[in-house]
Amino acid sequence: MAYVINPDEPAKIKVENLNFYYGSKQALKNISFNVPEKKITALIGPSGCGKTTLLRCFNRMHDLYPGNKYEGRILLDGENILEKDYDLIRLRSRVGMVFQKPTAFPMSIFDNVAYGLRLKGIKNKGELQDRVEKALKDAALWEEVKDRLNDPASGLSGGQQQRLCIARAIAVEPEVLLFDEPTSALDPISTAKIEELVVSFRDKLTIIIVTHNMQQAARVSDYTAFMYMGELIEFNRTDEIFVKPKEKLTEDYITGRFG
Amino acid sequence: MAGQRGFWADWSFAKLALGATILVLVILLAVFVVLYKESSLAISTFGVWKFITSQVWNPPLDKFGGAPAIFGSVVSTVIAITIAVPVAIGIAIFLTEIAPHFLRTPVGVAVELLAAIPSIIYGMWGLFFFAPFMRDKVQPVIHATLGKIPVIGQWFSGYTPGIGLLTASIVLSIMILPFTAAIARDSFKMVPDILKESAYALGATKWDVMKDVVIPYAKLGVIGGIILSLGRALGETMAVTFVMGNQPVIPKSLLEPATSITVTLANEFTEADTDLYLSSLFYLALILFVMSFLVIVIGKFFFLKRVER
Repeated sequence: MAYVINPDEPAKIKVENLNFYYGSKQALKNISFNVPEKKITALIGPSGCGKTTLLRCFNRMHDLYPGNKYEGRILLDGENILEKDYDLIRLRSRVGMVFQKPTAFPMSIFDNVAYGLRLKGIKNKGELQDRVEKALKDAALWEEVKDRLNDPASGLSGGQQQRLCIARAIAVEPEVLLFDEPTSALDPISTAKIEELVVSFRDKLTIIIVTHNMQQAARVSDYTAFMYMGELIEFNRTDEIFVKPKEKLTEDYITGRFG
Repeated sequence: MAGQRGFWADWSFAKLALGATILVLVILLAVFVVLYKESSLAISTFGVWKFITSQVWNPPLDKFGGAPAIFGSVVSTVIAITIAVPVAIGIAIFLTEIAPHFLRTPVGVAVELLAAIPSIIYGMWGLFFFAPFMRDKVQPVIHATLGKIPVIGQWFSGYTPGIGLLTASIVLSIMILPFTAAIARDSFKMVPDILKESAYALGATKWDVMKDVVIPYAKLGVIGGIILSLGRALGETMAVTFVMGNQPVIPKSLLEPATSITVTLANEFTEADTDLYLSSLFYLALILFVMSFLVIVIGKFFFLKRVER
């Protein structure tokens, strides 16, 4: 049985008996836990355990591909986002995402950050400029790019591009931000900068971060979920999980006995 | 000794591969030399500029100008590309982004099969079905609509026997469609999923993703493909010969019969009874060779090169 201690804080997202299937293959098995509001929750576990699959349920990314099926409920502020006719465009403007690799669009730095805003129908030049500047400042990129906002984003380094993607995601002011191994393609210095950023969003946004790096989970997160073979094995405060894991599997994983 | 044997095997294989490569370059050069040598009489008689601009093609008087043929080649190619490219991009978008997955392979194969139809069959279909269809059904409509517009109206009026520049261009566009669509589809396929997902994750619709991410990302590859199709259209002979009309004039209207370089060459070699006539045909061939060569060089090295990075 899974050992799940739900946080005292109010839940932003409640996952209830979630099953997920890629075609006939079950990838998530009966997962239930609460994601606390304005805290950082880490999802850890060995490759193939389903942590990224779970993350991609929160913005229904799986709907882009045929044959995928959800069962159970995911409540975002009490609304079940797995309803068949749920408005995905609205969902995705409330739940942003940053990917494993930097994914700058083939356009200028400014247009990259303004992209989500324009999709929302914001056309006013002044408002766009203000919100792009704010997003770039919040993503600690403003000083490096303020003189070349109209240059193509492809000219930035990998770490800068990843911060650009974070700026792009926070520009639309989402309530939840998903990170899918955001530093796996970056060097240690860029990684440190991204981690600093993630921590700076605590108390402002609800953050869920998938990482294969246990030190990273320990450094940045308030809560940690450990997954194995599609199941949630243990969910608890990060300090509890790393110091006193309750499940044998969790202990074996964080002490490096497998993974 | 094994080492010795390995050395000779490597050495002879390297030389063989080098020889094969050199052979291709030698053939390319040899073709150019033959064309140049055979056309030298026409070049010295008419010069370059005068041959390209003269509209008189009158074998009995030994007067030869290349303008009608060059005009026909360039205009039919441009019209064919103008028709084929939007359709090809539409097919590519459908196949990569819109079609349900179970439909993608069969429809893709069907489009590629268009390329397997031999050119002469397109010609027969064009002459016996498509040209009468154009004459009876399409051209009266063009006459009554586009033909009434001032200035450009004259391009869509006049004598309409069915065969002519426009009919040839449309047949040509069908012939280059599969190649253009295949290149556009491959360019779209190279757009990483994660890039498209990032746009969806910001609340983009399918159309937003196409317009803002897929097409800009694949743009250079598609342009390169268009230029390579241009080279194909320029050299296409058999089908065009059937439906072009073979009139060595620059027509006033796109509906009238015309000629192109390939059509002139296919039709007139058997009739070339003087040295200057024969030499003028080689001159046209040389011009086509240079045009196709330049188009392919630009397409391959300028555009496709940039995509690889």
